[in-house]
Amino acid sequence: MFKQVKALVRKDIVLEWRSKYAINGILLYVVSTVFVCYQAFKSVDTLVWNALFWIILLFASINAISRSFVQESPYRQLYYYTIVSPKAIIIAKIIYNIFVMGLLSAIAFTIYSLIFPTPIGDPLLYLLAVLLGSISFASVFTMVSGISSKTGNNSTIMAILSFPVIIPLLIVLIKLSQNALHGLDRAISAGEIFVLLAINVITITISLLLFPYLWKD
Amino acid sequence: MVATSIVAGLLGPVPKLYLLYETIRNVYFHVPMWFAMFVLYLISVIYSIRYLSSGNTHHDLIAVEAVNTGIVFCFMGLLTGMEWANITWGEAWPNDAKTNGSAIATLMYLAYLVLRNALEEEQKRAKISAIYNIFAFPIMIVLMYIMPKMTDSLHPGSGGNSTFGDIDMNNQMRPIFYTAVVGWILIGMWIATLRYRIRLIENKRNQID
Repeated sequence: MFKQVKALVRKDIVLEWRSKYAINGILLYVVSTVFVCYQAFKSVDTLVWNALFWIILLFASINAISRSFVQESPYRQLYYYTIVSPKAIIIAKIIYNIFVMGLLSAIAFTIYSLIFPTPIGDPLLYLLAVLLGSISFASVFTMVSGISSKTGNNSTIMAILSFPVIIPLLIVLIKLSQNALHGLDRAISAGEIFVLLAINVITITISLLLFPYLWKD
Repeated sequence: MVATSIVAGLLGPVPKLYLLYETIRNVYFHVPMWFAMFVLYLISVIYSIRYLSSGNTHHDLIAVEAVNTGIVFCFMGLLTGMEWANITWGEAWPNDAKTNGSAIATLMYLAYLVLRNALEEEQKRAKISAIYNIFAFPIMIVLMYIMPKMTDSLHPGSGGNSTFGDIDMNNQMRPIFYTAVVGWILIGMWIATLRYRIRLIENKRNQID
């Protein structure tokens, strides 16, 4: 099991590294959106700054993750089906997506705060919020992209299914990062961090339980 | 039971409270809608789980019809809530955690129905929508019951407000309220089973024999 997960994650990373298509595309997307926002707003207050950042990250992550099941042909999926367990596949996909999202959001945050500087009260907590955000995006969207990949016309279904599911997470995330921007005491944010972790644990468990049914087709 | 609760709810004595006055009668209508919706969604999830473990298409049909009926109750709950909010809070759509949460939950279940329409093949449709249903249910709970408890909300029972039953309801209201809740839940289940039976008959007719 553990070996299978490791091999699958490595395979995904190697595949991505060879083509560098997805990651470069997403990076260019993030940079251009940040730049468009900068041109449109010039200077904003922290509330809008925070909201814009999460919206950019949300769309970037949907673009990045919706691809995670579609990029592989049905024949290759059949091949995986014969050699590895479905749980290993979903764990590997989630880990790989967390990795990609972490990288992506770190780069997005750097570029965003470089072009669009704003005083952050508690940078460490803000980084934690970004990290937690990317983990939760990855864990929720992986399952949804698995569902939508089975339906054929992918992008619309992906958006319809994922937006309502991600909204509660997004509300908590925006609140947490707002606390960080204002530099409030960390004890206040502990509740939000706990809720985020709890939602993540729940979604990953449900994905683990349900994915075998989805996979068996 | 529903008829009794409607008559008693409109005519029976209620306590006179600041801001609420006669609108407190809405508690007989607004709150049971949400309870009925919640029970129907719960039934739907249970049958989705049973469908995944058994593969019996009847279970899938029950799950769908429960969601269909639940959405109707959800809209009625939203409507009565908006009417009530218009009188007591001054606007039909106050920016309230619970209101927004329930709106998003409605979107989620509408997405479930759209997902069903997007899939042609019956077996696949049943399986995938069951998976989404189970995936969406805990998030619905978080949206409607946990998030409002954490943030400030205008609704009673959240954000440090006391629950409705503690202070506002007197003993004359309680029996009517409980009758209304049970009655509406039963009505919801009844409609869902009716729809389920109609679907069964339709299926039987469409079969080539």
